[in-house]
Amino acid sequence: MAGVTFDHVYKRYGDLVVVNDFNIQVADKEFLVFVGPSGCGKSTSLRMLAGLEEISDGRVLIGDRVVNNVAPKDRDVAMVFQSYALYPHMTVYDNMAFGLKLRKTPRQIIDQRVNEAAKSLGIDHLLDRRPRQLSGGQRQRVAVGRAIVREPAVFLMDEPLSNLDAKLRVEARSFISKLHQRLETTFIYVTHDQVEAMTMGTRICVLSAGKLQQIDTPYNLYHNPHNVFVAGFIGSPSMNFFDAQLKPDGEALVVDTGVFKIAVPPAKAAPFRSHSGKEVILGIRPEDIHDVEFLPPGIIPAQVESNVEVVEQMGNEMIIYLEEGGKNFIARTDPRTKARVGARMGIVFNLDNMHLFDRNTELSLAFDHKQKEAAARA
Amino acid sequence: MTDIDFPGTKFRQYTLRTALHVALIVGTIIFLLPIFVVVNTSLKAPAAINLATTWHLPAEIHWQSYVEAIEEFGPRIWNSITLVTNATLLSAIIGSLNGYVLSKWRIYGERILFPLILLGMFIPYQGVLIPLFEFMRAARLYGGIPGLIIIHTIYGLPITTLIFRNFYVDIPDEMLEAAAIDGAGFWDIYTQIVLPLSVSGFVVVIIWQFTQIWNEFLFAVTMTTGASEPITVGLAQLAGGEAVHWNLPMAGAVIAALPPLIVYLILSRYFIRGLLAGSGH
Repeated sequence: MAGVTFDHVYKRYGDLVVVNDFNIQVADKEFLVFVGPSGCGKSTSLRMLAGLEEISDGRVLIGDRVVNNVAPKDRDVAMVFQSYALYPHMTVYDNMAFGLKLRKTPRQIIDQRVNEAAKSLGIDHLLDRRPRQLSGGQRQRVAVGRAIVREPAVFLMDEPLSNLDAKLRVEARSFISKLHQRLETTFIYVTHDQVEAMTMGTRICVLSAGKLQQIDTPYNLYHNPHNVFVAGFIGSPSMNFFDAQLKPDGEALVVDTGVFKIAVPPAKAAPFRSHSGKEVILGIRPEDIHDVEFLPPGIIPAQVESNVEVVEQMGNEMIIYLEEGGKNFIARTDPRTKARVGARMGIVFNLDNMHLFDRNTELSLAFDHKQKEAAARA
Repeated sequence: MTDIDFPGTKFRQYTLRTALHVALIVGTIIFLLPIFVVVNTSLKAPAAINLATTWHLPAEIHWQSYVEAIEEFGPRIWNSITLVTNATLLSAIIGSLNGYVLSKWRIYGERILFPLILLGMFIPYQGVLIPLFEFMRAARLYGGIPGLIIIHTIYGLPITTLIFRNFYVDIPDEMLEAAAIDGAGFWDIYTQIVLPLSVSGFVVVIIWQFTQIWNEFLFAVTMTTGASEPITVGLAQLAGGEAVHWNLPMAGAVIAALPPLIVYLILSRYFIRGLLAGSGH
């Protein structure tokens, strides 16, 4: 059992920087998820930790041991690959026992660990089969089993669910979460799927273009995204963004998008006051745009009107594609909403949950303010 | 094949199929004619062989030619078997290791090394014959089967390396990475993962090398002497001289052709699959 540290890690291929100054600490027993679009460096980072890629610069530590020049087999990690990478010529038992046999583990211990793991994964009846005789879900469990029996200090998983169909994926998600609770080991999990990241991670590390964007709990990523990228990446449908200007209005502040003019709630205005007059980006999630007829309690009704373009009735909610002044955005409303395509509808922005970003740096103004406060205190 | 039943479609397909089959059968017969003549002549008594009756079946089966040919060839067959098994296995194993390293490990100068190895395939035997002869003599390897084994092993490496490299490109890297994390080193990965998955690669290489080396004549005749000559040299001697009894070289040819044929028949069901490896799924 051990934590993991990336200490200013870089990965370069010639002039191409794939991982750029990656700097995080993963606590022991944490379930950390690397998430980001393809090419963001998440898999490369994991592979550097596993020892499958060389580290161009910086240090990687497992526990308090620097592993930059340690062979993969001596890093005390186990990995589950996207393709499962099972050995096709071996039975399920031999696949799972392979690592232990190479380490000259006594036969009874191998037997005991493989049987125990197989039973806990519900694949104990498949031990004599070969991988090609298994379904996708079974193969995935064998790949996990092969990692479990090794009892490693750190579990690495590289998109282990992306080859499963949608239904199996949801099942496997909770199965891996339970596994983490039972094994009490550090998990590092790579995915491009933000739902997987949000549901499984104790913390999530959002990457884009080789750069760490934010590392935080799922709750904080959703509620306090540090920049426009994180705000747009987490949540589905994505957050709506409007180019706007922050303007003073007497004592109050207003956000003027050119189409809408919305007053910032006085209780939320403090961090924004110093940015008055600035070009900003207003971010508001679809779930914070309500039908005026079905307002949750406690929302300040700042009503505007908008054209309805597409309506998707989901049963538990309604996704409405709206347009106003040439700007498209999405609302996620009460399913009883009576929006009709082509008609206008009254909507209310819940400004308690709005986000404002600097248009040049794309950084969250609230986050920026908090950082400055912290710096001032220190 | 389409399932749409236009008038005449079935008829046209049927005619096409028949024409194709007829053409294939005719082709097969033409290819088999020389073999028929060889076997036919080998079973005739020496006196019964002449040009006019080449196509006639033997009046009575005359096995004596085979007995004589085996007597003549005995030790040479053994020479050939020693030569072929050793040279084939050595070139296959080394080629497999080369292929493993070239396809799965990053080595310095690989981009120059691999083409250089392949270049060996395009050097004609005649081009290296005299220097090779001098070298083998200086190295005291001239005249016997061990020297010939070394020559054929080395001359086989370009093709065996190429075949195995292309074969191993199809083994997913992730599988070997999983093994590396599981605790396998360079040799563990080779012996426990790559080698067990190489069966059809080995089949292709073994059939290829076995046939090449068994049938090879030029190196055999220049690098070996007397009692250590392989079968191809012996066969040439049977057919040489003034008054040739054709039954004997024909029987010898049949005997000489059998081992590669047997190897092919045993391994052939893997052969096509192996040759096509690397062409996708």
